[in-house]
Amino acid sequence: MSIDPSTAARVAKLARIKVEPDALPALAEEFNTILGFIEQLNEVDVEGVEPMTSVTPQRLKRRSDVVNDGNQAEAVLKNAPDQREGFFAVPKVVE
Amino acid sequence: MSDLNKLGLAEARDALRAGETTSRELTESCLNAIQGAGALNAFVHHTPEIAMERADAADVRIKAGGAPDMCGLPIGIKDLFCTKDVPSQAGSRILEGFLPQYESTVSANLQNAGAVMLGKLNMDEFAMGSSNETSVYGSVVNPWRRGNDDTALTPGGSSGGSAAAVAADLCLAATGTDTGGSIRQPAAFTGTVGIKPTYGRCSRWGVVAFASSLDQAGPMTKSVRDAAIMLEAMCSHDPKDSTSMDLPVPNFEALMTGDIRGKKIGIPKEYRMDGMPEEIEKLWSNGAEMMRDAGAEIVDISLPHTKYALPAYYVIAPAEASSNLARYDGVRYGHRASLDASDGITEMYEKTRAEGFGPEVQRRVMIGTYVLSAGFYDAYYNRARRVRTLIKKDFEDVFAAGIDAILTPATPSSAFGLGEMTDVDPVQMYLNDVFTVTVNMAGLPGIAVPAGLDSKGLPMGLQLIGRPWEEGDLLSSAYALEQAAGFVAKPNKWW
Repeated sequence: MSIDPSTAARVAKLARIKVEPDALPALAEEFNTILGFIEQLNEVDVEGVEPMTSVTPQRLKRRSDVVNDGNQAEAVLKNAPDQREGFFAVPKVVE
Repeated sequence: MSDLNKLGLAEARDALRAGETTSRELTESCLNAIQGAGALNAFVHHTPEIAMERADAADVRIKAGGAPDMCGLPIGIKDLFCTKDVPSQAGSRILEGFLPQYESTVSANLQNAGAVMLGKLNMDEFAMGSSNETSVYGSVVNPWRRGNDDTALTPGGSSGGSAAAVAADLCLAATGTDTGGSIRQPAAFTGTVGIKPTYGRCSRWGVVAFASSLDQAGPMTKSVRDAAIMLEAMCSHDPKDSTSMDLPVPNFEALMTGDIRGKKIGIPKEYRMDGMPEEIEKLWSNGAEMMRDAGAEIVDISLPHTKYALPAYYVIAPAEASSNLARYDGVRYGHRASLDASDGITEMYEKTRAEGFGPEVQRRVMIGTYVLSAGFYDAYYNRARRVRTLIKKDFEDVFAAGIDAILTPATPSSAFGLGEMTDVDPVQMYLNDVFTVTVNMAGLPGIAVPAGLDSKGLPMGLQLIGRPWEEGDLLSSAYALEQAAGFVAKPNKWW
């Protein structure tokens, strides 16, 4: 399977990374090199093999559904690039 | 005592107990060494005040008696670990200015044991790289050189700062992390010891995530004994990481007898690769010979899916990275691009991530996005996860047949020059992890031990792979190998 510049543009959009149009052909080429390497996996017979979900067979632990942390608004907002009145501030999202 | 920075953890611990030195003296010695080693670019955030404060506290604690082994020992912390109020950037521009408001469990464990943090260590951006060249801070330079040739070499990656700092005696030991070989490959390139424990031994909480099903922290040290001491302090069961294992942490140092008589050491035929330098091949067979002489039985084994580990890794790791790195959106922390008046939130995301991520990280995030996207998820991601099951089964089969540990080369070459791989395609760089990545895919413990110098005078390492949760036994085998190899070379100081 070969990736063309328009597919590369679609992937960049999905990943929310701005890529200038003139950089797309080279990017597509890199994707093709990496995907070409990955294609080897098609040689493996995986019929009836379960996809791994956890490298150590274990049931995820559960805990009581209770509040165990909180009231840390100041610490949570401490690293925000833009914050106002106790909220993260972002460009307008609704018209 | 002079040159205190050159001590290992065990020696320094014993000197502290004997009252021959103090943590203050050890720490000052390391801070001086760091000051004189700017050319290596290993330490990227310096915390001398924190270090001296913790050193003095450790001296009080040691005097009182009963202090833990790590108490008073100065170490470096990889930039991937969040450290409270100390910059933690994962080598990325996107986390510029980020000051965590919490401490990672591993660094907190070390701190509680009394270890002294000297500063934060350089690394490949988000731990994605094998040469430390993807770092926003610039490359780390390996303290080792090819004889009198002053070509700057890579210390490996992603824990390149940690490896260089330990090899150059800027600290007694350092933390590393390993997703596909990021502890073991740099250890091999710098003549140091690095162990990646079983997945789930060390808590991942507070460690900036790359690929969550593969990431594990571990120590990078000057000896196998030091690795045992520091690993014990780093491990814990942590309710904040649901994959951390609720198992007691043994006294690894006590388990490290070095007695390998009657042990079965497997030599996997699939690790004999085309184009592998003869010197690596020879190192490997010498290693097997040494272990046989120490009383082990050497057994030829097969791990048939080895060749598929790296391509499967380059599906799974980018897929997990694309998901983990979605959090860098310019909203909650780190860098936000400056926006035009007409820009909306999507432009904010796209510009922020384009400016904040370097080329390798962008590449992997986009590959991950692609293999997870509608229509390709089954063909790539699910297939890779099936192959991963087979890779793990290969190991289970040989362990079930009685193999105690597996001996392999750590890397397909010794350290290469900085910039040498710039013009090749990314896959060539990925091949650095060909011997180490299988271990992450199977969640096993693996350790790199320096075993010799090549004809250029550069260190080469061997890797031992152990059974899950049996790091004590693995360290014991590694100790036997270390004793037999007798590697004592150090880089000549040029920095």
